[in-house]
Amino acid sequence: MQSFLDPDVKVLLPDGSTRRLTDYLLPSALLMLSALLLMISMFLPYWSMRMDAPQYPKGLKVDVYINRLDGDVDEIDALNHYLGMPKLDEGGRFERSISFISIIAFGFLLMAGVFVHNQLAGLLALPALGFPVVFIADLWWILYQYGHSIDPKSALGGAIEPFTPPVLGPGVVGQFGTVASFEPGFYLSLLAVLVMLIALWFHRAAYKPIVDARKKLAASAAQPPRA
Amino acid sequence: MKKLIPLLVVLTVVLAACGGSTPTPAATGGGGLPAEAAAVAAERGLTQDDIYAALKTYTPSGQLDPYIMFSSGGQGGQVLVIGVPSMRILKLIAVFTPESWQGYGYGGSGDETLAGGFMPNGDEIKWGDTHHPNLSETGGEYDGEFLFINDKANARLAVIDLRDFETKQLIKNPNAISDHGGAFVTPNTEYVIEGPQYATPIGWEYATLDEYQAKYRGLITFWKFDRAKGRVDESKSFQIELPPYWQDLCDAGKGPSEGWFFCNSINSEMATGGIESGGEPFEAGTTKNDTDYLHIFNWKKAEEVANSGGAEEINGIKVIRLETAIAEGILYFSPEPKSPHGSDVTPGGEFIVVGGKLDPHVTVYSFQKIQDAIAAGGLDTDTYGVPVIPLDKAMEAQVEIGLGPLHTVFDDKGYAYTSVFLDSVVARWTLGGPYDDKNPEEGWTLVQKLPVQYNIGHIAAAEGDTASPDGNYVVALNKWSIDRFANVGPLLPQNFQLVDITKTGDQMKVIYDMPIGMAEPHYAQIIKADKLKPFEIYPEIGWNPETMSVDPNAVTDPANARVERNGSNVEIWSTVVRSHFTPEHVEIEEGDRVVWHFTSLERTRDATHGFALGGYNINLSLEPGETQTIEFDANKSGTFVFYCTEFCSALHLEMLGYFLVEPK
Repeated sequence: MQSFLDPDVKVLLPDGSTRRLTDYLLPSALLMLSALLLMISMFLPYWSMRMDAPQYPKGLKVDVYINRLDGDVDEIDALNHYLGMPKLDEGGRFERSISFISIIAFGFLLMAGVFVHNQLAGLLALPALGFPVVFIADLWWILYQYGHSIDPKSALGGAIEPFTPPVLGPGVVGQFGTVASFEPGFYLSLLAVLVMLIALWFHRAAYKPIVDARKKLAASAAQPPRA
Repeated sequence: MKKLIPLLVVLTVVLAACGGSTPTPAATGGGGLPAEAAAVAAERGLTQDDIYAALKTYTPSGQLDPYIMFSSGGQGGQVLVIGVPSMRILKLIAVFTPESWQGYGYGGSGDETLAGGFMPNGDEIKWGDTHHPNLSETGGEYDGEFLFINDKANARLAVIDLRDFETKQLIKNPNAISDHGGAFVTPNTEYVIEGPQYATPIGWEYATLDEYQAKYRGLITFWKFDRAKGRVDESKSFQIELPPYWQDLCDAGKGPSEGWFFCNSINSEMATGGIESGGEPFEAGTTKNDTDYLHIFNWKKAEEVANSGGAEEINGIKVIRLETAIAEGILYFSPEPKSPHGSDVTPGGEFIVVGGKLDPHVTVYSFQKIQDAIAAGGLDTDTYGVPVIPLDKAMEAQVEIGLGPLHTVFDDKGYAYTSVFLDSVVARWTLGGPYDDKNPEEGWTLVQKLPVQYNIGHIAAAEGDTASPDGNYVVALNKWSIDRFANVGPLLPQNFQLVDITKTGDQMKVIYDMPIGMAEPHYAQIIKADKLKPFEIYPEIGWNPETMSVDPNAVTDPANARVERNGSNVEIWSTVVRSHFTPEHVEIEEGDRVVWHFTSLERTRDATHGFALGGYNINLSLEPGETQTIEFDANKSGTFVFYCTEFCSALHLEMLGYFLVEPK
């Protein structure tokens, strides 16, 4: 930074004190980075379910991206039909349809924080902050619906109790052992949140002194100067 | 088991190091053999050689064979796919004979393929005598794309697509009724060649045997192969008329001899038999002469002549007449001793090796000498005017190898391997000339005669008739097995013996006996397994294996499965997936014409379904993604059941439907 930014370029606060330019560049850069991480995560799987059974030597896997499903979806659907479970594609359709545009919007809101120099920046970051939590909650709800929409007309539909496949960790369905895991996309969204929190801390550290200086000036203006 | 593997590998090395030792029971002489293995060897009475053989061939579950052998299925009319060195049968490919597992000839698309090989008048032929499988080549190397095989009994050719290991085309030779020297390919599979066998008049028209020399003819067919379409194109194919000498086995030249083609022949005597009326039987009449004729074709020249109006169209195919072939320099002869068999070109294309069934030698012809003799001119001719190159002007060498030499294949170490029928051995001998430095022995000498059990016919080597053979393995395709296997009645299996040829000198060993209990195969070819790139499942749902594209009648969603009636024509679109057909109730009327399309919605490897309609002689194999159509007249009223014939799932038995045919 030193070689690019002349240390003599400074920010002048209302009270006449100065601060380094980097104090203001850092939170801006971190907010942009957070937005970037979130956007990259759209192209990586967020969650996966791996299924192993004797007759599937390579196992079966479905990868869940925020906007699509990938992997052995057809085969898992073919097997699930015996249980009377809906097709994987039927869960979370609405969420998947708005996911891309939402993430882009969350990213822009984060970047807007670069230009909003007060507590409102934190408010703009809220959707991105809450996104991983909302993702998990929604995933649980979709899984709950899968396990509670058993078609009684299917081969085994009358014989199984409604259930909720685990969001994380091992489970058992028939001869299949399942393992649910979070995938790089999800971890990237968590990293985006972490970067964002650090950004907001520096954001506060940069802009609070301006507010404080302004208050101090206002206070001294209200009091007549001592003779 | 896994723990044993490193020990066994060590043992292999130890055994290899002390190779050549006389067989001793492993339990007493087996230094380094793990106690448990030694106990098994002792209990089973296995020798050191047996243990070596077991280690060379035993293939643990899940381990794949490095080579795949395509073997003729003989009079079974099919092709066998065998893993080497495990010698496990991997598949039987239905070719000329209906085969119900694959639903080939029981209502589905195989019916149309089989019909392509029917007689010109439409008469059915429902078997074949498959002889010589040949893999497609690019630059003289197997490319793993197609396999061709002939039917000797009816003079037919089959094209098998190795993307799905299914027969795509049968073609009946319009002018020949028997063949033998087929199928053979040119180095880039421009042509698939079907050589003749027993002479008949062209188009097998009636003529008495008194007219043998005047009217009976040999006929070699150059089928033009359209690789993009995966089919033989009859309109661009041609034939060459030949004297009635019973042309036999052939091979295409490569490298310096590319553009030429070589066949042996066995009846220059033009014997016509007639034992019942005091004539010489064929077996005697055809062996009178000391020599027959090696046929030498300039096929590039023949192609030119055929494509520039030099051929006559007979029964829909271009035929170059014998006098044209002679005048244009397409055909030459050279004598070959005695009752010759085989005609095999060396990997570099320099020499042609011919065995003599009744002569103890293999005779090696030099392509260069043949060319020099042709260029020098002044050649005498045979009865029909074909120029004959004297044997001493064409021959490079003769190697005495034993009684009854037949076929020759090659390895990467300058050795040739000839099957020797009467001696019942595989003879290893050295090639000379450019191959001389590849092994310790002198060129053109016999190195080893390995006894095989019994009566070896053909011989196959790993990539053994390509421009770069691999060595490693030879398979002896023995005609008799006599006492090698448990008695299964008076019709015995054949015996394929795997021979280890990795070591030079006289170190060949038989390492596996494989019974072939479904036919008597002839030739086989062995390809490196990684050259084959077959589909795991059909590429898209609705795939028609005949057109290799999505079928317009494919139904990709069970919601679109339906029955439509148009007068007395009923058309049905069914979907097939574990574990149900859609629809499950099909109700029609007696006398209806039924057109029924099936689409497998499966995308998982090995999730194959069948469709059998009992009482109507229908069975299909519907592989993942496949679409097939059947057509039949519902000429029997009643309550019929259709069901899945390939065990697909836990609820496979429940995968059925009712086919109700209401009486008129």
